Amino acid sequence: MKTFYLHSAIAFVSAYLITHQDPPPLPYNAFSTAFVFLVIFWILWSTSWFYNKPYFRKMPKALFFAVFFIKELLVANIKIAYDILTPRYYMRPTVIALPLSVKTDLEITLLACMITLTPGTLSIDVSENRKILYVHALYVKNNDVELLKQYIKNGFERRLLELTT
Amino acid sequence: MGVIEVEQIKEVVSCVFILAGVIFMLISTIGLLRFPDFYIRMSAITKGASLGVGLILLGLGIYFNQPDIMLKVLAIITFIFITAPVAAHVISRTAVRNHSPFWNKTNLKEFEEYQEKLHLDKIKNHDRYREEQKTEKKPSGAGDNV
Repeated sequence: MKTFYLHSAIAFVSAYLITHQDPPPLPYNAFSTAFVFLVIFWILWSTSWFYNKPYFRKMPKALFFAVFFIKELLVANIKIAYDILTPRYYMRPTVIALPLSVKTDLEITLLACMITLTPGTLSIDVSENRKILYVHALYVKNNDVELLKQYIKNGFERRLLELTT
Repeated sequence: MGVIEVEQIKEVVSCVFILAGVIFMLISTIGLLRFPDFYIRMSAITKGASLGVGLILLGLGIYFNQPDIMLKVLAIITFIFITAPVAAHVISRTAVRNHSPFWNKTNLKEFEEYQEKLHLDKIKNHDRYREEQKTEKKPSGAGDNV
């Protein structure tokens, strides 16, 4: 994580310096600056193979996780929009008790945030011993609660654990 | 003639983003009005509003096409995505604590244990509260008489 902050800071400052040269090497707009930033960040990331192996491995996973999260967000919104605009309700709301395997405060908070932002689910409460997260889910196929639990655990929790440990 | 300018592409893309954001927000507001219970409305409005604001801001950033504006837009989107679910979580938790009713088709099988515990806690706290009231009343009552 420290390496990530350091690399982003270096890439940010150098992108700033490059775009503020007197005859600008690239046209001054958002896309060229983002491109310069990403190229510098990529170079720094590829050097981290020599001194920080875990960071080198985790970065692509984080990227895939972000893409997966955005995809889930869009799918959730389209599903709910369909349900709002058609006269019948297709939802079968259920409250599920999701057993947690994440431990620290940060991980639980991130997981709850992601659950709230994705497919028709809303996190309601964490039990006092931090073992169970109560989630209000809208779309449960054939009342199969276990399937949804497996989906959340494999989709979000596993990826989150891979990133933080 | 026939050559499409970069400016035009930028404008069209930003228009598409802003329109999509506005449509998502409109749909989630309709959902807020017509869904049957509090929790379903809550889950509709958080997702719709956060995605809508995100898309509108992204369209704005693409339209102006300046690095500093893009940076601010990305920061705002990040903060909205962090704070909106926290607010939704706190509100829905308060609703559960206050026994806001669920929709009659909701499957509450796994939630009964929690609700029972909540109910017992409430009874216990209520008794304690009454006891505290009793013990507090005596001195204050005496004070009023004087």
